[in-house]
Amino acid sequence: MSPGSASAVWLESVLRVFEPSLPAAVGATAGDLAQSRTAARDHLRRLGLPPTRQEAWRFTSLAPLIAVPPRVLPMPEQAFEPNHPPASKALRLYWGGDRDPLAGVDLPEGLSRLETSVQDALLGTVLQTAGTTDSWLARFNAALVGQVLALRVRGRVALPLELVSDCGQETGVRPLRLLLLLEEDASLELLQVHRASDTSLTTVVVEAQLAPRSRLRHGVLAQGAGASCLLAHLAFSQSPASELDLTTVVGGWGLVRLEPAISQVMGAAATRLRGLQVARDRQIADLHSLVRFEGPEGQLDQLQKAVVDDAGRSIFHGAVQVPQAAQRTSASQLSRNLLLCDRARVDAIPQLEIVADDVRCTHGATVTRLQQEELFYLRSRGLGSDQAARLLLEGFCDEILASLPESASSWDPAAALLRKALPR
Amino acid sequence: MPTILESLDLDCSLFHSYSLLFPVIRPDATILLEIRNLHAKVGDQPILKGVDLTLRAGEIHAVMGRNGSGKSTLSKLLAGHPAYTVTAGTVHYKGEDLLTLAPEERARAGVFLGFQYPVEIPGVSNLEFLRVATNSRRVAQGVEELDTFAFEDLVRERLKVVQMDPAFLERSVNEGFSGGEKKRNEILQMALLEPLVAILDETDSGLDIDALRIVSAGVNQLATPDNCILLITHYQRLLDEITPDFVHVMAAGRILRTGGKELALELERRGYDWIDEGLESSDQVDSIAPALEVV
Repeated sequence: MSPGSASAVWLESVLRVFEPSLPAAVGATAGDLAQSRTAARDHLRRLGLPPTRQEAWRFTSLAPLIAVPPRVLPMPEQAFEPNHPPASKALRLYWGGDRDPLAGVDLPEGLSRLETSVQDALLGTVLQTAGTTDSWLARFNAALVGQVLALRVRGRVALPLELVSDCGQETGVRPLRLLLLLEEDASLELLQVHRASDTSLTTVVVEAQLAPRSRLRHGVLAQGAGASCLLAHLAFSQSPASELDLTTVVGGWGLVRLEPAISQVMGAAATRLRGLQVARDRQIADLHSLVRFEGPEGQLDQLQKAVVDDAGRSIFHGAVQVPQAAQRTSASQLSRNLLLCDRARVDAIPQLEIVADDVRCTHGATVTRLQQEELFYLRSRGLGSDQAARLLLEGFCDEILASLPESASSWDPAAALLRKALPR
Repeated sequence: MPTILESLDLDCSLFHSYSLLFPVIRPDATILLEIRNLHAKVGDQPILKGVDLTLRAGEIHAVMGRNGSGKSTLSKLLAGHPAYTVTAGTVHYKGEDLLTLAPEERARAGVFLGFQYPVEIPGVSNLEFLRVATNSRRVAQGVEELDTFAFEDLVRERLKVVQMDPAFLERSVNEGFSGGEKKRNEILQMALLEPLVAILDETDSGLDIDALRIVSAGVNQLATPDNCILLITHYQRLLDEITPDFVHVMAAGRILRTGGKELALELERRGYDWIDEGLESSDQVDSIAPALEVV
């Protein structure tokens, strides 16, 4: 990246805007965070935005970021979502800005702030375990973020947790970071909601460490609009007998890139990934996933879907690494894509690296249009062509939406994605 | 034994419509569907080559014929399948031009096709699909739409017509249904939509004996003096359960013979070869009218 280029100028502006503000980390010493922040900033200044000649960024240009004003995106005045009251059986926390999302909140039994010392020791280790410390998204986030929401999960947390970041009509950049430690036998249901409707950038990094026999059901429901951008790196380390169920649903963003990175540190864990991307106009929806099996008898069940209209573009890159130690791994990966018009584009790239010889690994990708026979069947029952197409789209998406944590229903994700992201 | 026409020694080529020849059960009954000299193709391939058929209220017609004779094309074309192009002829439904209507308009007006192979639609709730379909028909009928609760009452009542397990309402449309369950679901839709013209395309295929009896009993329950049914089938066994008023034999895109239920028995006994003989002779009068014979 040349120093005078628009992307370099934008990046430098953003780094400067975030330089002076280093609020006390929530429950952490600011020192450790500042250290990693400085390292990340140096790195970014040296390398800039990743160019599309890099394989990992081949299909995804970060150029839309340059339109985002380099300013700290404030917390909207009205954080409450009148149209989406929280489910009565969920704890909703608002996330973003300087505010401590836990301030004044009675956490349910089993959920607590992570102690400072543990947080210091843990921060960055999940990224290391997942092998994604060098991720540009992780570095960019580290360069900006001023506080970490760090939680310990002990036992079964009965109340689902909802973390909401709503940029509203505000413009600017919002960095978010979450650190989760699930102890042995712990279980948590977590829904991460991201919303934006103007030229904003949300950068988020999640690190979650799952101890043996712990269970995490994690949903990411991200609905953008206009020129909004979302960059999310989601790193998980799984101990044996742990279960991770991660469902990501994104739509309406000018640019969105998700990077789920999972490491089964000794194998023998279960990972279930579900993903849905909805893109239209000139929107870019990118998901780069990485699953590493570091020991035997690990399981992966991955289904990634995309619905793309107009000149929208979907990218799915699914890496699965099965080294020699990962004997008897069972992994399946499927990418199913629906193109609604000729200009829409899907790039689905499975990348299986299998060294172990006693494994069962499958992968597949399909790109189709709406099936004419299905449309005709519905029309022959009196449904108009638009209504029939809508029903088929909802049916296609439902398989993924149904995997979101139950509290997602209060956000009416089908309506949000299909009626707003794909209005017809 | 000469047929009636043979005994009259009429020249079929003089007639442009079999209805001129064929006796009707209730001449005063409303003509619901009238097909005249219908020609159609799929791609560049002509399939229908001059079909004539009249269905009156209260009648049950069966169309039989070999694979590829044009039976399924006729059924799909009547429902408005976009793959088929009409190249000549007319179809009138209650006196109105059916061919100008979109598939959904035909359905809302009361034309129903029971599919030979009902499609599976993952993710689309069967109950919700049935409710939307029923309400679209009700709106066209000028009847009040049903809300979720009222519809559930209705659908549970209509499930009895085909002895269907309510659990199938909770599943996706036809997904994972057995062949018999799919056909029951088709007849359930017929029961909900209350069509005036029901075209059942090989409803008997893939059914075991018990399922065939259940589905047939359902169709018999739904046959009223106000509607008509067009059964497309290969086998007499369906007609043992649903007695047709008329049996038509299709070959090479035309209806070559029409008769009563005895015609189906004769087909069962003699096969289709003797129809082919008729086809050869009809080719000679192709340009004027299809050869017809009342058995």
